[in-house]
Amino acid sequence: MSDSPIAVEEHGPELRHHFVDAEQQRDAASLGMWLFLATEIMFFGGMFCAYLIYRYWYYNEFAAGSRSIDIYLGTINTAVLICSSLTVALGVRAAQMGKRKLLVTLLLITIVFGLAFLGIKGVEWYQKFEEHHVPGNSFNATDLEKPPYSHGEIDQRHEQIYFSLYFAMTGLHALHMIIGVGIFIFLTYYAWKGRYSPKYYTPVEIGGLYWHFVDIVWIYLFPLLYLIDRKPLR
Amino acid sequence: MSEHIMSSKLYYTIWIALLGLTVITAAVSFVDLGPFNTIVALVIATIKALLVVLFFMHVKYTSEKLTKIVIVSAIFWLFLLLALSMADYATRLLS
Repeated sequence: MSDSPIAVEEHGPELRHHFVDAEQQRDAASLGMWLFLATEIMFFGGMFCAYLIYRYWYYNEFAAGSRSIDIYLGTINTAVLICSSLTVALGVRAAQMGKRKLLVTLLLITIVFGLAFLGIKGVEWYQKFEEHHVPGNSFNATDLEKPPYSHGEIDQRHEQIYFSLYFAMTGLHALHMIIGVGIFIFLTYYAWKGRYSPKYYTPVEIGGLYWHFVDIVWIYLFPLLYLIDRKPLR
Repeated sequence: MSEHIMSSKLYYTIWIALLGLTVITAAVSFVDLGPFNTIVALVIATIKALLVVLFFMHVKYTSEKLTKIVIVSAIFWLFLLLALSMADYATRLLS
């Protein structure tokens, strides 16, 4: 592009006039999304920090609580999210190549995976409510197996801290999933209307960045909450 | 962000690797490795996160250096938060 201030370049309506060209506009949007994700890392970071401190103090209760949540549902949910990340990545690729129908299909599959994740999460939470493992007045974790190396009884108050963090962390993650599904419904609608082309697919790209980020948070939540101590009890 | 379009074959490869690592991390947790259970779980999680960031999020192919600076800074801030908090809690005497 010419440096002359009076140069007028023909461009589509998707390019805002304060950007030099489409590439600069795309880079600005992408950088903005990454900055937002940096604040999200700190947002979740506060919870990971609380988790680290309490796990350091009350390891036995954390190990016992971790044993009681369903590792099979947790593993399936991890796989569901990984599959959704694949469909998002393939969706961005379809947008780059201008394949509208493929893009819409992949976005819809992603939404289905997202809802499946939330459904399985709901089943897990329901189990915890039935077992009285939800912090509060009816909390009762006397049924939990005590790790063989631990001394004394499991402290019920410390056990509640594990479950508080479990619900807070998976809850905050689930909230991000719900927002993600909302974003993807929006993207699917405009993809179906044909708004995105190989020249302009920034919303698909940065919506995808958000989805992948939520996937990464789960990649860490899974071992930290489910896999603390699964060694066979003797 | 670059115009680079990755082959779908690479995406499927990353997907298989992520699924494989998920099964491995779940299976290894049942084996008694002593204190290394946590380390193995976190190393596998970090490998998975790296695969997602580099390939699914296109960071490996981005020409924009600012993006990489933002990511490294964010991880550094998180490290500061965790390390300085633990430096306090791990060295303080609480009865």
